[in-house]
Amino acid sequence: MPALRIVHLRKTYKDVTAVDGLDLEVRTGECFGLLGPNGAGKTTTIEICEGLTQPDSGEVEVLGLQWRSHANELRQRLGIQLQETQLAEKLTVLETIRLFRSFFGRGPQPADVIALVQLEEKQKSRVGTLSGGQKQRLALACALVGDPDLLFLDEPTTGLDPQARRQLWELIEQFKLDGRTILLTTHYMDEAERLCDRVAIMDHGKVIALGTPRELIASIGVEHMVEFSAAGRLDAGALRHLDGVRDVTRENGSIQMQVTELHRAVPALLEELDRQRVPLTELRTHSATLEDVFVALTGRRLRDE
Amino acid sequence: MSDLTATPAIGLREAAAKQPGGRALADHPLVQLTLVRFREFLREPEALFWVFVFPLLLAAGLGLAFRNRPPDVLKIAAVTPQLADSLRREKLLDVQQLSPAAASDALRTGKVALIAVPGAGGSVVYEYDNTNPEGRTARMLADGAVERAAGRVDPLAASDRLLQEKGSRYIDFLVPGLLGMNLMGSAIWGMGFAIVDARRKKLMKRLVATPMPRAYYLLSFLLSRLMLLVIEVGVLLGFATLAFGVPLRGNFAELGALCVLGSLSFCALGLLIASRAQTIEAASGLMNVTMMPMWVVSGVFFSSQRFPDTLQPFIKALPLTAVIDALRMNMLQGGSLAQLAPQVGLLSVWLVVCFTLALKLFRWR
Repeated sequence: MPALRIVHLRKTYKDVTAVDGLDLEVRTGECFGLLGPNGAGKTTTIEICEGLTQPDSGEVEVLGLQWRSHANELRQRLGIQLQETQLAEKLTVLETIRLFRSFFGRGPQPADVIALVQLEEKQKSRVGTLSGGQKQRLALACALVGDPDLLFLDEPTTGLDPQARRQLWELIEQFKLDGRTILLTTHYMDEAERLCDRVAIMDHGKVIALGTPRELIASIGVEHMVEFSAAGRLDAGALRHLDGVRDVTRENGSIQMQVTELHRAVPALLEELDRQRVPLTELRTHSATLEDVFVALTGRRLRDE
Repeated sequence: MSDLTATPAIGLREAAAKQPGGRALADHPLVQLTLVRFREFLREPEALFWVFVFPLLLAAGLGLAFRNRPPDVLKIAAVTPQLADSLRREKLLDVQQLSPAAASDALRTGKVALIAVPGAGGSVVYEYDNTNPEGRTARMLADGAVERAAGRVDPLAASDRLLQEKGSRYIDFLVPGLLGMNLMGSAIWGMGFAIVDARRKKLMKRLVATPMPRAYYLLSFLLSRLMLLVIEVGVLLGFATLAFGVPLRGNFAELGALCVLGSLSFCALGLLIASRAQTIEAASGLMNVTMMPMWVVSGVFFSSQRFPDTLQPFIKALPLTAVIDALRMNMLQGGSLAQLAPQVGLLSVWLVVCFTLALKLFRWR
């Protein structure tokens, strides 16, 4: 039995189709990522799974149960972190956890959950005094108080600084070891690559690619990206025919090449620039990422920078 | 699905497993939610001020401003020692003996209300301004004193019974009004702000995503309100009786019941106001629109009877009018709950209608 099964899910708000016939299956024990730009329908999808939003049509089965008939049991077994919850600022960390713990029939002691998210030193502090990363860890703790079988995390690291993000990633990796099923949404490709066993890339309410991060990256047939800027007029067309180059795109004055074999493409590029007598001002290469998958599939970037 | 080995690093599942079966009453969701309400209230100094201190300041200030003075003593002047002696037998007159010139001067400048001058043949002449009520009163008092001193015997024995009981002073009228106003303000603000704030911060949505019974969430507001009510009513009434001797003539239990009923009706009204509002601004506008007219017409500071008769049915239908009328009847006249049936009935209707509507309209996210 899959932990989560979504069939032909559809949800429309006034004039926007947020989820447009979505099919998805999350296996028990895996960490599944919904990756996509803002407005792709990730949050609507996850909130339908959490029983907070009614779908227009389609079917959702969570832990083998339906929201219509087993809402209470489901709420007991799910751990939920919403995107923009502000917990009560005047309460302390411990008071907040005790409150959430009181709603669940089973689960660890508040002190154990607090230790788990490394907030022991802050347990008597008011929520209003916590940093962004600490607040996010507290929100995570609130999701864990019921010892959930399935954990929903909606953009758990959005707005955090890099160090706080890494700390949160380590926590999430620990939950994975604990055998929990996790569904998380993110628009950070590095987050999805690091945490998720499988990823669905969403755009305009649909899944446009599904697989392990490695499979997805392999699917575009490109292993490396070469990005460079040059001083002077350049005949970009000629670059397409270079050895090991698959595609060339121009973006904000710099040129991007999708490359299958880096060791052949770079010397060929340098030779070509030399032939056109255009000096190189900048050159970067990186291994292909999920971001590149998204660009390859949609022609757009995940985040509008 | 969860039969994986818990790793030492995490141990959450282990911790969950060793959790003992029973749980303390303190961990009941309703208790926790109510505690949260208390904590949020007590940690908000402004709220504490408006609920507990402000009504006391208001009662103290108005009590002082409108305190009852001892009966006025009228100042008059006499120009001979004999006249002055006769007049001093009247306790309500403050008699000075002055020279004729000084007496005329004092009358002209209003320092005395009347001067008594000996006339021809043992008679007395009173000089005063007959358009001034004080002058006319002084004339009657002075003449009575002079005539009695000259040997007049009143044909009819008369005595006075003075009505200056506690219960008919302005402060007595004011305290039930302030109590009613306080019940309304704390209930409506307490419900309104907390609920709209939780909705705006998506905290309510987060709570709804847990197995928390939704009724407990609303119930926790009522419970914490009722508990704070005990303190609130106790402080205000304690202060009023100790500092001003405001009477509490009615049955205490019935007074308590009236406060609870009033507070619950206002809570229902507050819940209705907060049922859909998404922003604090919207809620606070609605709250002011609801409460402002009642502050003015429901008889907090002066009797609602002063408004025209055509408005009376509307004024009588307002919950604050009903609460204040009932509180005054209980406290000042010792009226029983049975006598207050119209007010109690009206408040019950407000309670049921607002609560039902609020639950129908309530937006949980």
